[in-house]
Order: sequence, then C-alpha cells, then structure tokens
Amino acid sequence: MTDLYDQQRAMRAMRMAAIQRGVIAILDVGTSKIGCLVLRFDGPDRFRDSDGVGAMAGQSAFRVIGAATTRSRGVRFGEVDAMQETERAIRTAVQAAQKMANIRVDHVIACFSGAQPRSYGVAGSVELEGTAVSENDVARVLASCDVPDFGEGREVLHAQPVNFALDHRSGLKDPRGQIGNRLSVDMHLLTVDSAVIRNLLYCIKRCDLEVAGLASSSYVAGVSSLVEDEQELGAACIDLGGGATGLSIFMKKHMIYADSVRLGGDHVTSDISKGLQVPLATAERIKTFYGGVHATGMDDREMIEIGGETGDWEHDRRTVSRAELIGIMRPRVEEILEEVRGRLDAAGFDHLPSQQIVLTGGASQIPGLDGLAPKILGQQVRIGRPLRVQGLPQSVTGAAFASSVGLCLFAAHPQDEWWDFDIPADSYPARSLRRAVKWFKDNW
Amino acid sequence: MQQMTVQRPAQPPKRDPAPSRVAYKAHRLWLTPFVRQLARVGIPVFVVTMATGWYLSNPTHRFAIVEKAQQVRRTVEERPEFMVKLMAVEGASPVVDDAIRQLLPVNFPISSFDLDLEDMQAKVAVLDVIERVDIRIRPGGVLEVAVTERQPAVLWRAASTLEMLDATGHRVASISARAGRADLPLLAGVGAQDHVDEALALIAAARPLAQNMRGLVRMGERRWDIVLERDQRIMLPEQNPVQALEQVLALNQAQDLLARDLTVIDMRNPARPTLRLADPAVEELRRIKGLELGGLAQ
Repeated sequence: MTDLYDQQRAMRAMRMAAIQRGVIAILDVGTSKIGCLVLRFDGPDRFRDSDGVGAMAGQSAFRVIGAATTRSRGVRFGEVDAMQETERAIRTAVQAAQKMANIRVDHVIACFSGAQPRSYGVAGSVELEGTAVSENDVARVLASCDVPDFGEGREVLHAQPVNFALDHRSGLKDPRGQIGNRLSVDMHLLTVDSAVIRNLLYCIKRCDLEVAGLASSSYVAGVSSLVEDEQELGAACIDLGGGATGLSIFMKKHMIYADSVRLGGDHVTSDISKGLQVPLATAERIKTFYGGVHATGMDDREMIEIGGETGDWEHDRRTVSRAELIGIMRPRVEEILEEVRGRLDAAGFDHLPSQQIVLTGGASQIPGLDGLAPKILGQQVRIGRPLRVQGLPQSVTGAAFASSVGLCLFAAHPQDEWWDFDIPADSYPARSLRRAVKWFKDNW
Repeated sequence: MQQMTVQRPAQPPKRDPAPSRVAYKAHRLWLTPFVRQLARVGIPVFVVTMATGWYLSNPTHRFAIVEKAQQVRRTVEERPEFMVKLMAVEGASPVVDDAIRQLLPVNFPISSFDLDLEDMQAKVAVLDVIERVDIRIRPGGVLEVAVTERQPAVLWRAASTLEMLDATGHRVASISARAGRADLPLLAGVGAQDHVDEALALIAAARPLAQNMRGLVRMGERRWDIVLERDQRIMLPEQNPVQALEQVLALNQAQDLLARDLTVIDMRNPARPTLRLADPAVEELRRIKGLELGGLAQ
C-alpha cells in the first residue's frame, strides 16, 4: 500500500514536471489500436495545485500537437500479451506522434482497459483536531478509511474521494476551512491486477519514456464522453472497445464505479471470421463496411462478396447477404450488452436517480446499435462521441478515441486523488519534530 | 436494388512497420533541441569557421585575396563611365586659365576616383585673382573648373609695387605701370588696402572733381587726403570724410574754391575748414595787406 502511494506520488510529481516543461504524451494502449497524442500546455491557466476536489477539466489549457495511431499488436483483452510486440507498437505510435509534433516527449500518461478493475467504496471518519478543517484533517480522514482486503497481486489504480461530510452536512466538494466537529469521507477505490500494470510499465520504460500517470480506460472514456450534466446527475459510460468493454458510472462529477467486461469488437470480428470462413482482416473490413445489428428485408437482397485467395474460383467468389452478416453479429453484440447490463445491475445502477447510458468506443459505431441497446440497457441510451479538444486532428475525433481524448482531459486536469493530499502528520517517522513544529504553529 | 459488392480486391493491410530500437532512439535524439541546434547551427558554423581560418592562416592566400580585391576595385574604377578625359576652365581669362592648368597638373585620362576635388579646389583658391572656384566632374568625363575672377576696382601704390585691388581690398594682381589701367583710381599710403570701400565711396562722391583728381592717399593709417592737379590736397577727417568732401564740393561750386591758388583745403576739423594758400598768393595777400596797412602805417 505504501509503495503504491509513493509510486503514485512520484508519478504525480513527474506529471507536474512534464506540465511545467509544457509537453506530455498520452498513450492509449488498446486491443485493436494504440494511440499516442502529444499535448502542449501553453494556456494561461495551467494545472493548478490549489483547485479543490471536483472541478471540470480546463480544456483550453492544452492543445494537441501530435497524433498517431497504429494497429495494436501483442495486446489481448486490454492487457499486454506479447511484450516485445507491444513495445514495438508503442514505439511506432510514439515515434509517429513525435514526428508530427516535431518535439521530443519524455513523459507519458497511459491508460489501458483490461486488468480486471474492481471498484470498492470505502468510508472513513475522524474527529477534527481544531474547529476548522485543515489539510491535515483531510489527510487524516483519508488515511482513516478502512481499506478492504482486495487480495494478493492487486493494486489501487484510482483512489478518489467522492464525497466529504462534515457533521450532518454531506455532499461537500471541498471541506477545507469549514467549521465542524467530525469529518467523514467516501472514497472510491479502483484496484487492478498489478502484474498487468507492471508489464505495461515495463513496455513503456523500454521505449525510454517516463510514466507520469496511469488511468483506467473506462474512467477516462467517461470523462470525455459524458457531458457535464450527465456527470453531475449520474450516468454510465460504456466504452465498447476492441478486446474489452469498460463501463464507468459517474455521479456528481465523480466516478463511483468502474468495471470491465472482457468482450469487445474483436469477438464480433472473430465470430464473422469463423462464421463466414474468412481471414480476420477481411472479417474486420466486412464488419466495418457492412456490419449492423438490425436486419430489414432489404438486407436479404444485399449481397456482399467476401472473397478469398485460395485460387478456388467457387471459394473465392462466395457471397453472403447482409442479413446473414447481421445474424452473426447481433448475438455477440447482444451478449456484450447483456454482460454490461449484468455488471450495471450488480453495481446498483438502477438505484441512481438518472439512468443515462452513453455508448462510446469503436464498437459503438455499429449501425443499428442505437435501436438494439435500449432493448437491453434501458430507455435512456445515446451514442456518445468524445469532447472536442483543441488541435485534435479530424481523424481521431471519432468514438473510438474516447479514451485518448479523456486521457488528455485527465492529464490537463486530474481529479484529486488520495495521494495528492498531505501525508497525515502522525504517520511521519519524524513525529516528535513535526509535533514540535505544529505546536509552534499553533501557539504563535 | 443496390449491389453492395466489393469493387476492388481486398487491399493488404497498410504497412505500419515498427521502428527499430536504434532508429527510435536516433529519432528521439534528433528531436532533442540541443542536438538539433548543434546539427543545424553549431556544426556548420564550426566547419565554416575552421575552413576559413585554415585558409586565411596562409599568408599567400591572404595576399592573394587582397590583391584580387584591389584588382577588382581597379577594374571598376577604370571603367569608361568613371574616366575623366579633359579639363574645362570656365569664366577665366587666358592668363588665369594657364595659371590654373599649371596649378592642376592632371594626366588625362584619369579615373574620377583618383581625383581629389577638394584638394584641387583649395589649390586653385590660393590664386589671388580667383574669387570663387567650383570644381566638378561633368557627365561625359569632363573636369569642369568654374572660376569667378575678382574685378579690379582700384590701383594701390604700395612700397615698391603697383597692385590692383578689388572692391573688398583683396589683391587681384600686380601691374607694372599706372598707364596699364588708367581707368582705375589710384590709392596710396600704408593701410589704404584695408579701407578700399571708404576710398570708393569718396571717389564716387568726388565725381565732379574726377578730371582733376590724381588719387587718394591714406595718411597715418587713419584718414584720407585727396590729391588733385597742381598739388592741391583736400585733407579729410577720420569721421565722416564723405560729408566733409561734399562740404568742399559745395564751397567749390559756390566760390570756385579749387580754381584759386590754394595748396591745401584742410577739413580735418569739419567745423573749421582751413585753407592754405600757395606761396605767391601769400605774397600777394601780404602785399595787399601791406598796401592797406602800410599806407595807413606809412
């Protein structure tokens, strides 16, 4: 726990350094593509340390100066599967982005979708030392949270205080300076498999890059795809990726739940490949050109040449109707959505006041999904695209880049996390000295 | 009915080769600002500086460069557009023309870059007869010397020479005989050359006496005497000599003063004009006085 705390603090310090330098890269390690954006921070309002908990991202403070994507290799289910391959793919993306930006980047913020994220809600409560809430009180209340036993080999990726309560007043965004007796906090912990993180960090290190932050892709997709009122009132963002489908629930502008389903667009592709007996590349192309989930009478008559290169004329001239293709795709898409529905139910999403669901990610572009999704997920479903950020090339504004854009926003304006607050004074080794200093401060 | 057929054969996936580790590191190194500046500015400047330094360290090369530069300069200077082929002296009498040509020994043709016009002007301006000289190079390669000569206004008999002076008293030239310029009035006496303007004013005022006047003499470097025929003199005061002269002329007109046997009309004190009679007249006056008085006395 402590080494993770230190590690995250070190990352945060590195991110501050990178932002001071003005250039940072963000890296979205996905199953189907790896995207790299180079950000330049030159706006008047840079990242401010003094910002309280929970303010929206300041999108004017940075601009995208380099963007590159490459076909991902060596990644399965959003986790590193073959290290050398992944390293090469990261190198390709970073080099292309650097070339476009014409600047060298040394710091990178990465996100990934896999690693089996698990959400925990924890709560803590302390009596205030003085009458007003001080930084140290916030630190103490965060430290007082009783951390559940999340098992061996798992690490905390996000630990965000989502709610402060002072005596009987709840829902405080920033309790500092307020007067009361008892401060309590609700915190959202997201743990992931530590081996996956280690593998990813190793791949990034091999590319001579310093990791200045890590984020869960379902979280950052929510940051970029949910509009402000959805984040405020409560909404779920479902990031339909290639190898994994991330889902995150936001409430009062804080993520309160995140999860990932190890199913995605690649499974649809492999279904097509198996069903039509075509290579994966052809299946992918057929899916993107002709795919759909809602068959009509017209689709029976639309014949798709699926081709082949065997030399057998009959085999290479095969055609398939679009209805057949839809018949292959629909069950898999339904399965993914059912799985997501199950996770949402498990998280108690139906108890939220607003049940908005936003579908984003590459697989959300399947035609007809907006008709299919409400049948499974509920009535308030929309297909979301990421926010527009300054300097982003047109080619990376699509839904598939929701987590890349979200990571930009995350880099520009990170949520306050547990490790951003002071370490509680009484946990210091040099405790007596600190006490002495505190005594002087209090009495002079 | 719409045929959704594949028009083109399936394209192979876009080539997206991963850079090797070395290529990646080299690219990152190249994007480092310092390295980039070094490669784009530092190394070229260093190479050029070193090459130039090496080349110039050899004295033969330095000499060759200087010589080449001078040669190029000469070539430009000696282009026909810049050559001066002849000298034209304007506004000068033949004697002065000759003198100027003597003073400015220029071997034509010569490049205009080699002519020092200010020096030449100073040389020509040394001549007394020159009041003003303008030297310029006229288009067409002509060195034009435009001269304004001084006009002699008076003759001045100095200690041993006879000089012509202009209206400002500046020497124009010497002259051997008074008869050479009989038209000019004559001045004499030490310091006369410094007060030519006064003398000219007197001469203008004395126009009625022009026939009789022999000249003006500067007396004691402070005042003028007008010397007339028959050794008559009009002694003028220091202050306002012209009024005194006009007084004399008025007397002359009224009483025909100068026709009488006088030697000196002394106007040094204008309030008290004094006449000095010639010796015979004095004798005669004495005789007449003697007759008057003698008769009475006898």
